[in-house]
Amino acid sequence: MIYLDNAATTLHKPRQVIEAVVEAMSTLGNSSRGLSSCSLKASRTLYETRVKISELFGCPRADNVIFLQNSTEALNTAINGTVFSKDHVITTDLEHNSVLRPLYRLKKEKDVELSFVPADSKGNLSLESFEKLIKHNTKAIICNHASNLTGNIVDLSKISTIARRHGLIFIVDVSQTAGCIPLNMEEIGADIICFTGHKGLMGPQGTGGMCIREGIDIKPLKVGGTGVKSYSTDQPKEYPTRLEAGTLNSHGIAGLSAAIDFIQSTGINIISQKETRLMNIFYEGIKDIKGIEIYGDFSLLQRVAIVALNIHDYDSALVSDTLSEKYKIATRPGAHCAPRMHQALGTENRGAVRFSFSWFNSDEDVKRTIQAVKEIAL
Amino acid sequence: MIEKSLKLIITFPTTTAAIAMEKICLSNKLPGRLIPLPREIDSSCGMAWCAPPENRKELEQIAKEKEIKISGVYQLYF
Repeated sequence: MIYLDNAATTLHKPRQVIEAVVEAMSTLGNSSRGLSSCSLKASRTLYETRVKISELFGCPRADNVIFLQNSTEALNTAINGTVFSKDHVITTDLEHNSVLRPLYRLKKEKDVELSFVPADSKGNLSLESFEKLIKHNTKAIICNHASNLTGNIVDLSKISTIARRHGLIFIVDVSQTAGCIPLNMEEIGADIICFTGHKGLMGPQGTGGMCIREGIDIKPLKVGGTGVKSYSTDQPKEYPTRLEAGTLNSHGIAGLSAAIDFIQSTGINIISQKETRLMNIFYEGIKDIKGIEIYGDFSLLQRVAIVALNIHDYDSALVSDTLSEKYKIATRPGAHCAPRMHQALGTENRGAVRFSFSWFNSDEDVKRTIQAVKEIAL
Repeated sequence: MIEKSLKLIITFPTTTAAIAMEKICLSNKLPGRLIPLPREIDSSCGMAWCAPPENRKELEQIAKEKEIKISGVYQLYF
């Protein structure tokens, strides 16, 4: 099978990741629960992984790296922990439901006001719109680093400048960029970045979290056992414990640690270049085929390795099913949990077929996929 | 080019129900397979059971017997 659904999850992981999880499952106890050698080993594994993540993303402190299940849990924590009753939030058409649904719920239940920066027909945001939408009660700007549908990357530095100027919290969803392009939260000016471990970072599912700039206060979404201050009725105030109630997925995090080692030793620029090259070969190979409609902006200097398209008036589900059944190529049809992005592109009724590439794809994978698309479009 | 043919499409409220349907059909040697939810039925995402239209009765019967929740049953070209 040719696996081209890496924007959903990377199927192929570095061998070291799998070995690290297996090893962890027979050696790690519960972090911060006692001082047995196996408990300490878990605590050390978590700490080392926090350090690696802080270095990878430019987070100023390792203890401001919070482990959660995935981007969705991180975004729910960040949003519900910083946005309160009658606040106003600015977000965009590029967002995934992991941002939209928490916001829609806050609107319904807490009278939170929402404004959306619209995307144009190529999926780009008008960066000037952010400042125009600011109101007296604006609390935060929440923005995707890259669309999971078009692959367009957003120039965050301009948005963060606006957020800083107006004292707003800037929350960035880096689900599609973490591990795929160099990313430094200081450089992009983010106060909080929310990441998942199982996509571009090539770690296990059930790993992810957030990095928090110093001075940003997030009210915990969950409270509970932490292994410290057990007689206190309140959740400990200090990060990371403040946001990490309950036993952590240390087995998965051991795998994530190995995945970051793989990325660092390979070189994130090398990974980015390869994925971009594969995407470009695919794009160039299909863009002139009659009946193909491609979404997103391929003139951007930097994108993540995603190509979304439709063929003639075929249902995207039918095209994806044909690619799977006849050609053994795995893609993703439908709405991609990005309803506003589809509405902006005019594809809300037909969806699109998304091809997303990873480090483990080959030129031969792309060549065979181009041929398959050509045959379907004939 | 993709050649379409008339299919029976059964939809479910959850992925759990769809997978349960697949398991029951496989163990009872009933025809069909899981497909992405056709947009003609619903523009949301999800999966559906796709089978020959002539098997409609027995598929509906087994879903009822095994208490698998079904959202809808359709016939369309896919």
